[in-house]
Amino acid sequence: MHTVSFLVENQPGVLFNVSNLFRRRGFNIDSITVGALEDPRVSRMTITVDADPKTLNNLLDQLDKMVEVIRVKRLDPLRTVRREMLLVKLSTRDPMAREDALRFINGQHGLVLDIDEESIMAEVSGEPEELDRFLGNVKSIGIVEMSRSGVTALEKGRLTL
Amino acid sequence: MTEMTGARALVKALEREGTRHIFGISGGSLIPICDELLNSDMRFILARHEQGAAHMADGYARVLNKVGVCMATSGPGATNLVTGLATAQIDSSPVVAVTGQVNRAVIGSDAFQECDIIGVSASVTKYNIQAMSPGEIPEAVKKAFHVANTGRKGAVLVDIPKDCTTESADIAFPDHVAFRGYTVNAAPRPEELDWAARILAGAERPIIMAGGGVITAGASGELVELAELLLAPTATSLMGKGAIPGDHPLSLGLCGMHGTMEANMMVPKSDVLLVVGSRFSDRTTGKISEFAPNTKVIHVDIDRSEIDKNVETVTRVVGDAKLALRGLTDRVKAMRTTQTSSEWSKRIHEFRCEMGENGEERPPYLRAPKVVRALRQELPRDAIVTTEVGQNQMWAALHYDAYLPRTFFTSGGLGTMGWGFPASIGAKAAKPEVPVVDIAGDGSFGMTENGLATAVEEGLPVVVVVLNNNVLGMVAQWQRLFYDHRYSAVKLKGNPDFVKLAGAYGAEGVRVGSYDEFRAAVRRALKADVPTVIDVPIDPEENVMPMVPPGMGLKDTLMEGA
Repeated sequence: MHTVSFLVENQPGVLFNVSNLFRRRGFNIDSITVGALEDPRVSRMTITVDADPKTLNNLLDQLDKMVEVIRVKRLDPLRTVRREMLLVKLSTRDPMAREDALRFINGQHGLVLDIDEESIMAEVSGEPEELDRFLGNVKSIGIVEMSRSGVTALEKGRLTL
Repeated sequence: MTEMTGARALVKALEREGTRHIFGISGGSLIPICDELLNSDMRFILARHEQGAAHMADGYARVLNKVGVCMATSGPGATNLVTGLATAQIDSSPVVAVTGQVNRAVIGSDAFQECDIIGVSASVTKYNIQAMSPGEIPEAVKKAFHVANTGRKGAVLVDIPKDCTTESADIAFPDHVAFRGYTVNAAPRPEELDWAARILAGAERPIIMAGGGVITAGASGELVELAELLLAPTATSLMGKGAIPGDHPLSLGLCGMHGTMEANMMVPKSDVLLVVGSRFSDRTTGKISEFAPNTKVIHVDIDRSEIDKNVETVTRVVGDAKLALRGLTDRVKAMRTTQTSSEWSKRIHEFRCEMGENGEERPPYLRAPKVVRALRQELPRDAIVTTEVGQNQMWAALHYDAYLPRTFFTSGGLGTMGWGFPASIGAKAAKPEVPVVDIAGDGSFGMTENGLATAVEEGLPVVVVVLNNNVLGMVAQWQRLFYDHRYSAVKLKGNPDFVKLAGAYGAEGVRVGSYDEFRAAVRRALKADVPTVIDVPIDPEENVMPMVPPGMGLKDTLMEGA
């Protein structure tokens, strides 16, 4: 899985143009996150994509070619922090289930955001693979509802986009 | 800053970009703009369908190497442009479309003649932009022309809500526009040139393949110089036709599905293939694994994303074709002594076979290859030819020698039937002093023949040679060769009488029954001050040959139909 970050003009329609590019060139992306930078005229998008080297290079070139894309980079996998946030609501009618849920949430340094008689809502963040494992663990408790933010990433130290 | 309406701002902005002609059709949302055009010297050429307007702007742009402008109203007017924009975009032709839009307040409400043309056109343009206030119009136009006409050229759409054109504001006209994400690096990197030149200098069996990028960059002189230096036989893609004169001793002609025998036999045998400004379309390469299996491919292109997209290269030069070829030539010259002959380049004659002149005559039909060759002889070297799409296009590509760049135009990428005739009208508007001929088929001509009204009205005496077999010939050829003669949805029994059709529009129409009559008709047409349609009956059973069967490699080129 590759992580690609790129800066775009923060304008209406840019997200459409980016996703339209992925669709028409047949790039299957796994996740996408978007947010404005300290300069609000610029947004940073981060995608994760599973692609062979040729397809990946073409994706980078095609993105780079877009008028609204300012800079694009494949992040160095060895020197990149990748994080994702998960919101999950677990079914905890059974007191044992509540115990288990709290244990797994705490184990992942998660935050409990809401509790009622029937469920717990938690915020858990980490590398996407950690979240996969977490979800595997809590599956038997019963997932009422969940939402993942998609991966966001920064390179370490002096490396920048 | 001057106070003016958005409509005036648009007209002034177009004038400032050097626009002389606008091809289009008016409509509700364009009325304020068209009204303002009455105060301008720009000539509005009224098409009869917006697709035709876009093709006219495209033909105009290709001839002059300058942005062609088309205009259409909101909704159906704008959607009718889409085929034209897609055609221009894939062939890297600089076209700017201006579309009207419904008033800002009702955008998104499915108002009358509303269409989200920004969304619709996104996949078929290089860039598009919506001006949401009168003050944004000059910058939008400046950006559109800049993006359309730099780097790898293409189509750009500017969408303007009607009330932005009627509203007044203080307007400033920028001299420059800046994009953080769009820079054009025309100059190739020296190390890329060094590496490519070393491979070229060591080549024993070099081939050059020139694409449309050579013509766009005005690099034909540099191309021929390098070819002569390397004694490299030079093929072209369909878009590259004219990059090397068709009668040059090193010219191989077209490479690909309907390429010449010498191009298709020699390209796979090369040890080094220099490809300049071409994107390795599937129609050019045939089966990709057999295209150049043991060849070192060097790819020169201004668009980095084309490199390694379809064919794996050993090295690349990203940049303008003219600068790249100049740099390669200088380096190769320094690396090796000039040869005067090579066994390799002489092999052109081994593979070259006589095409076209000696087929079986089947009266009352004329043979299309011979008609096209006769046309070539009747036209001056600088005449401009456009083609439609299908058999007519391939006969034109094979049998019409282009001697100069920017004299042969065709819808190479999208393969748009109906392109050639309106494009010829645009070409004639661009260069009224040069003869312009559309080599057409009856099927294609039927798609945009209403352009005759425009050509007559505007005094643009183009010549249309309709190679008329009353069938969608290329599809029929495939059905004949690969579908056991099962003709389906190809016979055009209801074709009009093209002579009468021309007459109905006030153009000349003539049907010819012999090659001599054809030549005479061409000569008359070149002197006429109205458009001429020459109806040439050809055999519906005639195939375009040579042909590489679909899915096969270039070496499997057939000379005769199976």
